[in-house]
Amino acid sequence: MAKGYETVIGLEVHVELKTESKIFCSCSTVFGAEPNTQVCPICSGFPGMLPVLNARVVELAIKAGLALNCEIADYCKFDRKNYFYPDLPKAYQISQYDLPICKRGCLEIDADGQKKTIGITRAHIEEDAGKLVHQGDITSSPFSLVDLNRSGVPLLEIVSEPDMRTAQEARTYVEKLRSILLFAGVSDCRMQEGSLRCDANVSVRPVGQKELGTRAEIKNLNSFRSLEKAIEYEAKRQIFDIEDGVEIVQETRTWDEEKQTTRSMRSKEEAHDYRYFPDPDLPPLKIGKDWIETLRGSLPELPDQAQERLIRDFNLPLYDAVIITSSPEYLAFFDDCVKLYSDAKVVSNWMMGELNKVLNQNNMEISDCKIRPNALARMLELIDEGTISGKMAKTVFEEMFASGKEADLIIKEKGLVQISDEETLKKLINDIVVQNPKVVEDYKNGKKKAAGFFVGQVMKATKGQANPALLNSLLEERLQKEL
Amino acid sequence: MELYQLSLHELQDILKKQDSSSEEIVLSILKRIKLVEDNVKAFVTLDEELAIEKARKCDQEKDYTGISGIPYALKDLICTRGMRTTCSSHMMENFVPTYDATVAAKLKEAKGILLGKLNMDEFAMGSSTENSAFYPTRNPWDLERVPGGSSGGSAAAVAADEAPFALGTDTGGSIRQPASYCGIVGLKPTYGRVSRSGVVAFASSLDQVGVLSKNVRDCAIILNIIAGHDPLDSTSVNVDFPDYTESLSTDIKGLKIAYPQEYFQQGVDEEIKEVVKKALLKYEEMGAVVEEVSLPHSEYALAAYFLVSTAEASANLARFDGVRYGIRDLEAENVVEMFSNTRAAGFGDEVKRRIMLGTYALSSGYYDAYYLKALKVRRLISNDFEKIFKDFDIIVSPTTPTTAFKLGEQNDNPLTLYMNDILTVPINLAGLPGMSVPCGFAAGLPVGMQIIARPFDEAAIIRAAYAYEQYTDHHTVKPLLGVKENG
Repeated sequence: MAKGYETVIGLEVHVELKTESKIFCSCSTVFGAEPNTQVCPICSGFPGMLPVLNARVVELAIKAGLALNCEIADYCKFDRKNYFYPDLPKAYQISQYDLPICKRGCLEIDADGQKKTIGITRAHIEEDAGKLVHQGDITSSPFSLVDLNRSGVPLLEIVSEPDMRTAQEARTYVEKLRSILLFAGVSDCRMQEGSLRCDANVSVRPVGQKELGTRAEIKNLNSFRSLEKAIEYEAKRQIFDIEDGVEIVQETRTWDEEKQTTRSMRSKEEAHDYRYFPDPDLPPLKIGKDWIETLRGSLPELPDQAQERLIRDFNLPLYDAVIITSSPEYLAFFDDCVKLYSDAKVVSNWMMGELNKVLNQNNMEISDCKIRPNALARMLELIDEGTISGKMAKTVFEEMFASGKEADLIIKEKGLVQISDEETLKKLINDIVVQNPKVVEDYKNGKKKAAGFFVGQVMKATKGQANPALLNSLLEERLQKEL
Repeated sequence: MELYQLSLHELQDILKKQDSSSEEIVLSILKRIKLVEDNVKAFVTLDEELAIEKARKCDQEKDYTGISGIPYALKDLICTRGMRTTCSSHMMENFVPTYDATVAAKLKEAKGILLGKLNMDEFAMGSSTENSAFYPTRNPWDLERVPGGSSGGSAAAVAADEAPFALGTDTGGSIRQPASYCGIVGLKPTYGRVSRSGVVAFASSLDQVGVLSKNVRDCAIILNIIAGHDPLDSTSVNVDFPDYTESLSTDIKGLKIAYPQEYFQQGVDEEIKEVVKKALLKYEEMGAVVEEVSLPHSEYALAAYFLVSTAEASANLARFDGVRYGIRDLEAENVVEMFSNTRAAGFGDEVKRRIMLGTYALSSGYYDAYYLKALKVRRLISNDFEKIFKDFDIIVSPTTPTTAFKLGEQNDNPLTLYMNDILTVPINLAGLPGMSVPCGFAAGLPVGMQIIARPFDEAAIIRAAYAYEQYTDHHTVKPLLGVKENG
């Protein structure tokens, strides 16, 4: 960041609400079906067809609002947002304009070890549009195909206050938002499937200035990485322009993943006039206090509560607690594991280390992982019992991940049992010491590092299966005799 | 009497007694259509084969309950599965729905026989049926005159004995005004009483499906079939409704009738005022209490109506973009051009005029001054009615300021044409039920009396209308249509 400037970021996050059927008809919402197989006259905007609100959508929106500390409106309504586009069958999107279902919420993020509160302005319900499919690039494709499977999938748009100051904070906010929504059970939040989408409003201002700078809205942010990169790029662009005396204009820009730059899509003057007005096909929504309280009562443990519990009950560092609570499945894995294996920090280390590594390498969710919590717990026991070393355990772990076999079986099949028999090791040590008088001489002359040579030779001879602790103590004992 | 001349309940009696078959009825009506349709032009689509086939099936099953075996026709914006639904627009000339509107499904389930689809002003926008993209429909009482609109085809077909009854829709008077011009009964139920599902929308907060029939009893019979909550329409209301035929009583002693002074000014023809005032005297003779009242916000109703209805229409008609159904401009260079050219070619002038007006009213910077203000006026008009209904059972007024005008007579200035709706639009704005009942003639043309009641009190309207109908004989007078009976 150039000196003297501060970046101000607000985010608009769209998440798909996890319902079986669409928001205004009974079509399925399952992702990945053949194009236009999940459509009906309602979600494809046929004449005379009317929307009927799916009650489950309202329920999930309220739960999301409660999990984000929002006020839930007792009265809200649906509005039509008018614009023409081939993937928008009615040529208007049913959304909520001036009376959203949730407002004035917040969430807490960990910003450089400090807790920071990010305000949530509002969250409102709306329907998704379909999508266009092209041959190659949109500009050169000879046709546009319309797929309406997604048309009418329920969305919650969550708008933050401009409370973030760095790209890292923005990323952390979205991660936290994601984990809260996952815990609340309202969305799958899969960025790669588009069930979590993000637009960023970015502006810069001289440090100390109260007024916000002119903002640009950045679209097409399809991953956490592009979110961060786009914000960093955009802030720099704006600062360079200001330094060069170029005025910043309010506009919508798109992130170009290939060029790693943002470019202008349309200016404020070119912005749509959406002509919002109340949708006369849908009566206003009245939400009773009882319903809200019932839903509040049904909320499961949320990330903040879970983090507190992890710190309190298991003495985990905040850093570990944040990662363990990134999703409810991840936390459940941890909880199940520590029931069988009591050293929580060891479990946490393995989850954040080896487990995360293989999940990321294979682009998998923990729910798809073949290693179950009891299997990890058993493997950790085998380390403690001295059956395998920590180093061997990594090999065993990888095999468990690949095949789903239990650690005991892998150890047996691969003959990986650790050699902890003193007599065997003593003999091996003795042989190697006798065969290497020159190294013994070095050791006598104070080259303590020479001991490492003997460890290496024993490990080589035992294919790495010697109990390292025992080996070290026996070697020490043997070398003492030479002095 | 020929079969085609009979009304719905008369046909029910004949079928029950098996004096004639359904096939005979249908054939009689088809013959009548052949004879007069060249002059009247009420139909857009007529499916003779389907009608005869269905009639034969009814006769085989000898199932003559309800409206089984009785023909009818639908305004051509009520979607019918497998039968083209055009909204009398080039845009939808080739559109065949894959679904039935709820009202169409209900009549089908009751085993009525669908003859075809009836002409209208394009997308229900107009008061004369001259805005049909295909051809104007003519008034059976005088072929030089319009039948009214937008349900002009429905009204003309019933008046010309081409169908015993028809369904129409009413957004600002589109059932009542043509019923009045054609001398038949036309009911617009309370907003929410009848499902709008599958009915192509003009203005969603005002549109309501209703009945056009030869008499009040027939209207009650059909309302019994089409009324009720529909899970496919969130604005249809889950309120119990009575058997409307039980309200067919001639005893209206003590019925409290209000007539608003504002509905007897506003450029209403003197002859019409006289005819309706005479009708009020008849009510007094029958034992009703009649009093003059005031609905002070009436003068703002037309302006509010044109803002609300066009605003909603501008969004409702946006889906006709050439992407999924209807016509499409294939020559366009890009998608925006395809949208524009399709809409330019597909919509007629009046539809374009209203889309532009509605788009303007909703535009940023104008929303508060137009659309929002119109909503406030709407509330005031509603309050006016609420106040009156604290003390009165029904309100009576003329349905229209004039009788049917000549074709082309009001084409120069859309604003004068809009004035036709001045006495009917307030009822839509307030969501109330309203009926037009024949109550006399002015210079040989039918005059309609509008009866308005509290929300969901169609029964009060039916009772008052039936009593009047039985007390008088206006509804028995039929247009001659310039054709000689029996060759």
